[in-house]
Amino acid sequence: MSLMSSQQPSITSRQYEMPEHNYLNGTYGIRSWLLTTDHKRIALLYLASVTFFFFIGGFFAMMIRLHLLTPNGYLLSPDTYNRMFTMHGVAMIFFFLIPSIPAVLGNFLIPLMIGAKDLAFPKINLLSWYVYIVGGSFTLYSMITGGLDTGWTFYTPLSTVYSNSAVAPAVIGVFITGFSSILTGLNFLVTVHTMRAPGMTWFRLPLFVWAHYATSVVMILGTPVIAITLALAAMERLFGLGFFNPAMGGDPILFQHLFWFYSHPAVYIMILPAMGVISELIPTFARKQLFGYHFVAAASLAIAVIGFLVWTHHMFLTGQSTYAAIAFSFLTFIVAIPSAVKVFNWVATLFGGSISFDTPMLYAFGFLGLFLIGGLTGLFLGCLGTDIHIHDTYFVIAHFHYIMVGGAVMGYLGGLHFWWPKITGRMYSEWLARLAAVILFVGFNLTFFPQFVLGYLGMPRRYHMYPPEFQVYNVMSTAGASILAVGYLLPMIYLVWAAFFGKVAGPNPWPATGLEWKTPSPPPTENFEVTPEVTWEPYDFHNRPDLGLEPGNGGGHVIHPAPAHGDD
Amino acid sequence: MQSPLPFFPEQASSFANNVDTLFGFIVLTCVFFVVLVAVLCVFAMYKYRRKRPAEIGDTVNGNLFLEIGWTTIPLLIALLIFAWGSVIYVNFRTAPADTLDIYVIGKQWMWKLQQPNGRKEINELHIPVNRNVKLIMGSEDVIHDFYVPAFRAKMDVVPGRYNTLWFRPTKVGKYHFFCSQYCGTNHAVMGGWVTVQDPAEYAAWLSGDTGDLNPVSAGEKLFAQLACNTCHIPNGSGRGPSLNGVYGAKVLLADSTTVTADDSYIRESILQPKAKIVAGYQPVMPTFQGLVTEEQILNLTAYVRSLQTQPVPAKGAGIAPVTTGKK
Repeated sequence: MSLMSSQQPSITSRQYEMPEHNYLNGTYGIRSWLLTTDHKRIALLYLASVTFFFFIGGFFAMMIRLHLLTPNGYLLSPDTYNRMFTMHGVAMIFFFLIPSIPAVLGNFLIPLMIGAKDLAFPKINLLSWYVYIVGGSFTLYSMITGGLDTGWTFYTPLSTVYSNSAVAPAVIGVFITGFSSILTGLNFLVTVHTMRAPGMTWFRLPLFVWAHYATSVVMILGTPVIAITLALAAMERLFGLGFFNPAMGGDPILFQHLFWFYSHPAVYIMILPAMGVISELIPTFARKQLFGYHFVAAASLAIAVIGFLVWTHHMFLTGQSTYAAIAFSFLTFIVAIPSAVKVFNWVATLFGGSISFDTPMLYAFGFLGLFLIGGLTGLFLGCLGTDIHIHDTYFVIAHFHYIMVGGAVMGYLGGLHFWWPKITGRMYSEWLARLAAVILFVGFNLTFFPQFVLGYLGMPRRYHMYPPEFQVYNVMSTAGASILAVGYLLPMIYLVWAAFFGKVAGPNPWPATGLEWKTPSPPPTENFEVTPEVTWEPYDFHNRPDLGLEPGNGGGHVIHPAPAHGDD
Repeated sequence: MQSPLPFFPEQASSFANNVDTLFGFIVLTCVFFVVLVAVLCVFAMYKYRRKRPAEIGDTVNGNLFLEIGWTTIPLLIALLIFAWGSVIYVNFRTAPADTLDIYVIGKQWMWKLQQPNGRKEINELHIPVNRNVKLIMGSEDVIHDFYVPAFRAKMDVVPGRYNTLWFRPTKVGKYHFFCSQYCGTNHAVMGGWVTVQDPAEYAAWLSGDTGDLNPVSAGEKLFAQLACNTCHIPNGSGRGPSLNGVYGAKVLLADSTTVTADDSYIRESILQPKAKIVAGYQPVMPTFQGLVTEEQILNLTAYVRSLQTQPVPAKGAGIAPVTTGKK
C-alpha cells in the first residue's frame, strides 16, 4: 500500500506535471517504435492501424448509404455497390472490430491491471502486430486491384467459382490476420495465469481482464477453424479443388457450417471485451463496487462456451434438418441469458452509487441502451418462427449494428475516453467529448432504427436498388449516417489534439480503483517502479484512503443536494 | 396504394398471421425490458447523482435472490418464445400432402418457374388463392433464396440439392418476391411478382396456350434422347432396374441398406450414379453431371414420378421387396 502514497486526491484542481520518464519518451526514432516489445507501444501501433481500417470501412459505409438515397441508386454501378458493402464488412469485422478492444486497450491495460511489467511473450506480441499488418496488406491489395464482391461471409460457390473479383488475396489476408488474433489470445491467457502481482487473486481481477480471458479462449479455439475454412476456399478458388462446389461433388452448406462455427463466436470476440470495458466504467463513475462481480465474471465464461454451440442459427433456412434447427434455436435462447444477467447487474450497480456524467459514463449509458435493443432484437432472429420472415433482411443488418456499433464501438470509444489520460497523460476537452457522445447516440439510432422497420417490411439485405415504397426509411438511415460520420470524426480530432496539447491529467484523474491508476500517466516503460501488492477487493472505494474520497458516505443520503458537480 | 410511411407488410398467406402474432409478442417483451431498464437507469441517474465531488456510493455489492430472479424470469420468457417459434417453424417446414407443385430454378439472375401442366414463367408466379402450393427449388449456379414478404415465407435455393417451400395464399393480389440470398452482380433485381388469382381466373390463365411441353412429356422425350431407356427397360430385363413404381418407394441397395426414392435420390442417381447402387446391379451407369441442366433433371424426375403408377415387374424392379418380417 505504500506505493505512490504521495498521490494526492485528483478531484481537486491540483496541477500535475508530466512524468519525466515514461514509455513514450524513453527512446526515440522510428526503430524504437517498429521494433518495440513494450505492450503499451504495441497497443499504440494497433491503435493507429485499426483506426486506419475503421476509416476505410467507414468510407465504404458512407458510399453505401449515399447510394441508397434513391431506389434506383444512381451513384454506383451494381458491381461497385457490391464491392462497397463487402469491403465495408471485411474491413470493419476482421480488421477493426475483432482487434479493436483486445489489441488496443487489452494490450495496453492487461499487464497494468494485473501488476505485471509486460505481457508474457513481448516478442510474440510484436509479431502479432506484424502478422496483422501483413494480412491487412493482402486485403488492401485485394481492395485496390479489383475489389471483393462476395459479401464478408464469402459464401460458396459464389466466392470460389462465380465471383469476378479479387477473392483470393482477400481470403488469404483474412487467413493471415487470424494468426495475429491467436497470438494475442495466447499471450493474454498465459499472462493472466502466470503474471498476476502478489495479492491479485482470480476474484480480484478487474472484469475487463475476465472478459479478455473469455475472449482469448474463443480466439484460440475458434480462429483455427476459420483459417482452415478459408484455406479450403482459397484452394478451391485457385486450384479448382471441389470442397464446396456442388458441380464437383462439394457441399456449399458445409462451408457455412465451418464459417459460422468461427464467425458466430467471433461476435463474442467483439462484444465481450466491450462488456469488460463497461464493467470498469460503471463502478468507477457510480463510485460503487460492481453488483454481482462473480456472476458477471461467470457470465463472460458462459457466453464464451455456449457461444460455440449456436452457429447454425445463421442457417435456419438453408434446408437444414428441422430437428437441428430446433436444437440450435434452443441453445441460442440459452446464450442470451448471461448477457441479460450482465445488464441487470450493471443497472443494479447504479443504485446507491454516486453517479457522475463524465464522457466515459455517457458511453456506458449509451452502450446499455443500444446493447439492450441489439440483444433483445436477437430474440426475433433466434426464434424460428419469426426468423423465417426477417432472415437476410435489413432487420438483421439493424440488429447486428446495434450489437457491433452500438455495443462494441460504444464500448471501445468509452474505453478510449476513460483510459486516454492514462495512455497519453493528458485530458481531452470534456464538453467536446460529451457533445460527440450525444451526436453518436442520436446519429446511430437515426441510422439503424429505421432499418428494423425496413426489414420487417421485407427489404432484403445487399440490394443496390429497391422498390420505391422502401425509400423513406432509407432516407432516414442515410441522414443518420451523416450525423454518425461527424460523431466519429470529432473524437479522432480532439483525442489526437489532446494527446499533445491537452491538460496534464495526473495519475488518477477520475479517480478509479484499478492498479493501472496507481502508476504515473503515462506509465513508465516497466509499468511500475515497485511491483505492487494488492490488498483490496475490486472496485472497492471504501477501503482506499489513497483515492482521497469520503468513505462511508453513501449516495442518496444527502438531504440538501449540492449543485451537480461540473468538472470541466 | 401504399401509405407514405408503411409500417407493416401485407398479410397474404396462412403463415402471415401466426408470424405476426408471435412478432407482436416479442415486441411487447422487448418494450417491457427496454422500458424497465430505462426507468431504472433514469431513476438512478437522478436519485443517485453525485452531489459532492468526493462522495462515494454505498457498500451493497450483490444479492443472490436478485441474481436468481433475473436469471430465471428471462429464461422462462425465452423458452416460451423458443417453443412458440418452433411450432410455427415445424408447420412451415412440413408441407401438407395435397399441394400444387411448382418447379423453380434460380440462376444468376432470374427465376424460371414451371406449372404442373408445363406452362413456364420467368420472374412471375401465378397461383390460385386458398390452395396449398409447394415450390420445389433448385439452382443452376450459386445459392439463391426465394422470399415472399407478404407470405412471411422464404427458403434458400441451394445448388446440388432441392429445397421446398410451401404456403397457402389467402388473398388475391400481386406481391413482390425477392432473391434474399446474395448471389452476385444483379442480386437486387432478381425478383418479380407473385400473382394470386381466383381459382377460375387461374384455370383460365393456366390453359392459355404456350406451346410448352409439360414436364412429364419433356422428361419422357429426354429419357429417350439420352438413351436412358436402353438400360432402364420397363419389364425389368435391362442392365439397369426398371423404374416403374420406384418413385416414393423404398429401394434396396447393394450394401443392403434401403433408401426412399425421392427427388434428391433420383437427382443423385443421375449425377452421381455410383453413389448408391441398387442391389443386384453393376455400377455401369455413366454420370450425367454437366450433360443435363437443372431444368432437364426436373423434367426427368417428373417423368420418373409419372411411372409411379405403372405395373412393377416381378424381376428387375428397382424397389426393395416388401419386407414383412420374414425372409
